[in-house]
Amino acid sequence: MATENAVSAEEIKVNAAKMHISDTDVAIDIVAMHKWYGEFHVLKDINLRVMRGERIVICGPSGSGKSTMIRCINRLEEHQKGKIIVDGKELTNDLKKIDEVRREVGMVFQHFNLFPHLTILENCTLAPIWVRKTPKKQAEEIAMHFLKRVKIPEQANKYPGQLSGGQQQRVAIARSLCMNPRIMLFDEPTSALDPEMIKEVLETMVGLAEEGMTMLCVTHEMGFARKVANRVIFMDQGQIVEQNTPAEFFDHPRHERTKLFLSQILH
Amino acid sequence: MQEHDMSWVRTEMALAQPAPAGVTGFSAWVRKNLIASTGDTILTIIGFALVVMILPQIINWAFINAVWTGPNRTVCATVAQGGIQPDGWSGACWAFVNAKFGQIMFGTYPVEERWRPILVGILLVVLMVPMLMPSVPRKGLNALLLIVGLPIVSFFLLVGGAFGLEHVETARWGGLLVTLSLSFVAIVVSLPLGIMLALGRRSRMPVVKMLCVIFIEAVRGIPLITVLFMASVMLPLFLPPGVTFDKYLRALIGVSLFAAAYMAEVVRGGLQAIPKGQYEGADSLGLGYWQKMYFIVMPQALKLVIPGIVNTFIGMFKDTSLVTIISMFDLLGIVKQNFSDANWATAQTAKSGLIFAAFVFWLFCFGMSRYSMYTERRLDTGHKR
Repeated sequence: MATENAVSAEEIKVNAAKMHISDTDVAIDIVAMHKWYGEFHVLKDINLRVMRGERIVICGPSGSGKSTMIRCINRLEEHQKGKIIVDGKELTNDLKKIDEVRREVGMVFQHFNLFPHLTILENCTLAPIWVRKTPKKQAEEIAMHFLKRVKIPEQANKYPGQLSGGQQQRVAIARSLCMNPRIMLFDEPTSALDPEMIKEVLETMVGLAEEGMTMLCVTHEMGFARKVANRVIFMDQGQIVEQNTPAEFFDHPRHERTKLFLSQILH
Repeated sequence: MQEHDMSWVRTEMALAQPAPAGVTGFSAWVRKNLIASTGDTILTIIGFALVVMILPQIINWAFINAVWTGPNRTVCATVAQGGIQPDGWSGACWAFVNAKFGQIMFGTYPVEERWRPILVGILLVVLMVPMLMPSVPRKGLNALLLIVGLPIVSFFLLVGGAFGLEHVETARWGGLLVTLSLSFVAIVVSLPLGIMLALGRRSRMPVVKMLCVIFIEAVRGIPLITVLFMASVMLPLFLPPGVTFDKYLRALIGVSLFAAAYMAEVVRGGLQAIPKGQYEGADSLGLGYWQKMYFIVMPQALKLVIPGIVNTFIGMFKDTSLVTIISMFDLLGIVKQNFSDANWATAQTAKSGLIFAAFVFWLFCFGMSRYSMYTERRLDTGHKR
């Protein structure tokens, strides 16, 4: 156990030295991370370093562990081996650290996960008021600011069930932004949407990317990947198989599995 | 041969039109609900016939032939039975209920001190009504007064022995006073306790989980009669001599814990219906465990199980009658006890007394039921399409 820790700590130092970067520039550092569901080895030897302001798109076939990986970053899933350091804080069983990390990391889900018994405005102000201890009035102003940004301020007093899927997902993005996160995770944000509504959500995400938000995005929207990603990561069977700039990734995939995947999805 | 044209473009969008006649309105309702088919028509006729046959008899007995006032049994007995009514008379003896009304409400609570339970009743209504009306503001303060303030004030008012009030021992309490106070405390205690037990049963901490499971399963496995009987008869055997605690208090604790175990399972049902995404949504925003439960999970879970919660309340309200087993006289107990009053023994006394007791129980239970339906509708923000 002790030796293992020593090795990985050494690794981090070596990596940092190689790339000539200070630790403050690193948003997320995943080192030799493994995860099992019972006996099933879902994530194998994940190594990923995300710099501040980086926009990463993660793609891969279903069951390849993409969602599980980004869910490990805010500890919705627990990893069993290796290290995940988010914003300088390592994720362990320390509940306080986990809450600290979750405050800084926003997440948008495939099925929105809005709170159906609260209005749109209440959805957006709940966490700022009770987690960040922002005064109610100020929290509402912030919420309205972000609702305007996702272009649905007029829906503030409705309930999630009264909105379309695209609108709900934009509320979910606004809800995360109200916590003023430093990192945003997107878990297939457009997969549950009608075709007509995908564009409005993607536009919101592009806007966010242009402002320099650090983003990790599991998506099958390859147009989005080409347009905004700095880096595309391809996963298969619980491991990272290939990563590259979008241009290189789409035009010159190197791994056989990547080639096959791209030939299936790009017609 | 007709040519099949594949190409067509709508030039004008169709406008919404009113529904055709006979789809809405009273006659349409009758046609759809009462005489839609031969079978329906026959059932409707049988139903009406039954009502016509039974209803007049009930109205006759309960209202037209009923005796409303009178000094003693003679007003409710026929001449042959030593009374003043003609032979073959049959009617409700509300005079009995009327004469015993004070007892039915307060048991043997001293007559000159009855203003105390009446005051408690007024306080209960004054605090309960605004609590139940969603439009009245200051719900937090109201709830605090109702759930904490009222029981404390009521304790001193009803038990006495302080502030110059004469001490009234709980053995003298009875009737609606016992039924309502037992159920009120059981409801106020069982809901939060049940919620905690339900959360404990779903906890990841094995010790907490095990304790909750043991409590719930043990209590649910024992009939309430046994719990009350054991509390009343067996418990004193185990306590050192001289140490007693009040029978009413024992019943209160027994009923409350019993109700809490049932409530826990109702609440757990609601918790299981909340999708995992709600927990994850709350987690991802950094809400702590209690914040997540209080703001996100419980409001939705409790809303789902309102019918189950109210069902438990109603069951508990009626189960308070079982305190008769430890010789306490609740509403039903006091009515039954008065059957043995020779001054009022007639053929109609028992019927009238029981029907009155049933009516009072029904009134409260029906009230709870209607209020729960209203609340369900009010809280429905699902907007399912």
